[in-house]
Amino acid sequence: MSSNATPAGAEVTTEAERSTGRHSAVPAQRANRRAKAPLSENKRAERRLGWVLCAPAALVMVLVTAYPILYSVWLSLQRFDLRFPDQREFIGLENYATVLTNQFWWTAFGITALITVVTVAVELVLGMGLALIMHRTLVGRGIVRTAALIPYGIVTVVAAFSWRYAWTPGTGYLANVFDGSAPLTERASSLAIIMLAEIWKTTPFMALLLMAGLALVPEDLLKAASTDGATSWQRFTKVMLPVMKPAILVALLFRTLDAFRVFDNIFVLTAGGNETSSVSMLAYNNLIRGLNLGIGSTMSVLIFITVAIIAFVFVKLFGTAAPGSDDGERR
Amino acid sequence: MTTDPDEAADRRRPRFRAAAAAAALMLVAPLAACGSGGAGGTPTINLYYPPEQNLQKVVDDCNAQAQGRYEIVYRVLPREADEQRVQMVRRLAAQDSGMDVLGLDVTWTQEFASAHWIREWTGQDKAEAEQGTLTGPLDTARYEGKLYAAPKNTNVQLLWYRTDLVQQPPKTWDEMISAAQQLKQQGKPYQVLTMGAQYEGLVVLYNTLAESAGGKILSDDGKQAVMDAGTVKALDQLKKFATSGVTSPSFTNAKEDPVRLEFQSGTGAFQVNWPFVYPAMQEANPDLAKKVKWARVPGIDANTPSKVTIGGVNMAVSTYSKHPTESFEAARCIRNAKNQKFSAVNDGVPPTIEQVYDDPEMEKAYPMKETILEELKEPAVRPLTPAYQSISTVMSAILSPPSGIRPQQTANELRDAIADALESKGVLP
Repeated sequence: MSSNATPAGAEVTTEAERSTGRHSAVPAQRANRRAKAPLSENKRAERRLGWVLCAPAALVMVLVTAYPILYSVWLSLQRFDLRFPDQREFIGLENYATVLTNQFWWTAFGITALITVVTVAVELVLGMGLALIMHRTLVGRGIVRTAALIPYGIVTVVAAFSWRYAWTPGTGYLANVFDGSAPLTERASSLAIIMLAEIWKTTPFMALLLMAGLALVPEDLLKAASTDGATSWQRFTKVMLPVMKPAILVALLFRTLDAFRVFDNIFVLTAGGNETSSVSMLAYNNLIRGLNLGIGSTMSVLIFITVAIIAFVFVKLFGTAAPGSDDGERR
Repeated sequence: MTTDPDEAADRRRPRFRAAAAAAALMLVAPLAACGSGGAGGTPTINLYYPPEQNLQKVVDDCNAQAQGRYEIVYRVLPREADEQRVQMVRRLAAQDSGMDVLGLDVTWTQEFASAHWIREWTGQDKAEAEQGTLTGPLDTARYEGKLYAAPKNTNVQLLWYRTDLVQQPPKTWDEMISAAQQLKQQGKPYQVLTMGAQYEGLVVLYNTLAESAGGKILSDDGKQAVMDAGTVKALDQLKKFATSGVTSPSFTNAKEDPVRLEFQSGTGAFQVNWPFVYPAMQEANPDLAKKVKWARVPGIDANTPSKVTIGGVNMAVSTYSKHPTESFEAARCIRNAKNQKFSAVNDGVPPTIEQVYDDPEMEKAYPMKETILEELKEPAVRPLTPAYQSISTVMSAILSPPSGIRPQQTANELRDAIADALESKGVLP
């Protein structure tokens, strides 16, 4: 929990900045830069050593992540179907035109966006509730937290299978609740079940991240607020939420990126039937099952771009700090 | 004090090393087992084949016959066809030499041949593979006029019906639907059970209907999408069936085995399914099995017999196999008439060699062999093209759910999607 001290400290400084007024932030930054300028020889050597030490790791990271990304970009510019190896050719952006004008792609994109928005919103609310409960639990704290984490600990595919059987008429207890109809055969109900399975699985993760955020809220602030006559709702919205903002944004960023890549649950529950494919499912179908490396890679690149845009929006517009990065340097 | 951590590290090191060695061994051991049976010794022929309960006996028999020239090892593929294909394709694309003989679904032969993953059958091997083999299954093993596989077993769906509910098996789908509707009104088991989930099973159902209506999905050379009047008629029939109220509520999510189970539980009057349901039913519900008979799958028109889609497995030899000669020999042995009969009797998979059907032993194990043979002699073959997998995927997506079909419009949609798939331009849903 000691790692939480840094963001907490950082947040306190921003609180201080806010209280002193916006205009003071600029001189503060300038002062910061001035303080940086006279760097001692010792410090500089230390920095150089730091760079040298992390260079190999950085290099490996670049090789490992950059190569596949560049290769899939290269593949996406070709007609490359493993079944027609003799007809491989460079076709420029034609694959992008094919995918971006295809209704299957946009249906999948819409489904993915819907799943992302709905599940993340529900998870945020539920996760916050769960976090508050776990934070305030006095008896059996460890057990309560462990129990809440169980769904997240179960392998997604395994959990998805149990959901599928539960909703299959005859074998499933949940299907029998609804007079033996087959909810996985219809679009709306399958989507609801997919989202339910996602929410069930990842709410604990959300709760865990939010609980770390709750630990940042100083008891003193809450006490002071209640002395001033704030109701518990006011304490929650006016004190806890602002202090927790970085933690909430990080949780949202993680979950949004995660939710956008939804695959396992759909793969097992409907296999994309009844127009319930997500974009990842679609890329898998085209790449692995369809053996169409060109179209499949095009989709992977498009998914990559979307994920990058989501991350950009969170980091630049909402000011989400990546864990470990200093709050002050981001601005 | 500073030496303490070092000492601790020293003490720990041997244990680390032992653990690392153990881990390495565990990683390597299974790989070693996969190797080609030791240098210089008998070559190991790795047979990758879908699960078949008694295939090991066939393999043992062939190994005995080989007298040490090679040794076949049966490596069981996953149960689901899609997963079988994905595993083989992934390894073949990586030029894996650990696969020798491949059991391919009949719809994959053209694809594997076009991708240069399997070897052409020539000379003596070819002659033996073609000898006495039914033409339908043999067609599925050809690509651009050359033979790329030897059909091991075929398969064809039958109409299973309850003799306590229905006197005469229906000749057409319309007859079957109205018979089921009558049963429904009388409060008797009435459902017509068959596969309607968005997967290959739905395409098989549609292909049967389309061919029975005299329709063509692809041109004869497999290069163009056709979708003529016959296929529109079949779409109409499929829609009529799906909306007539005689299907099970699970119809749009039903695959082979759930369909069999539903019929076994007694809610259905008809079932269109593969012959595997017969032995299973006798074991699970012998009382019901006594009341169940079989017939040719209904047609579209009362005077034209139906054409039923054939399935089955073809045996091919991988391009990357290091022992091609032995592999061809092993494949021939596994599919020879004697072993086909054994598999038919013990595993219920219909033979591809016609004379096997005349064997007296077949009578007992295969009471429905006449109907099967009758269907096999004028079969419906699924579109023969390397792009079949893509075509099947887009077709199943467009056809699903069948109740939403608008015949002419759906046919146009299918034609466009199939044309794109043939050009590797299509996006698979």
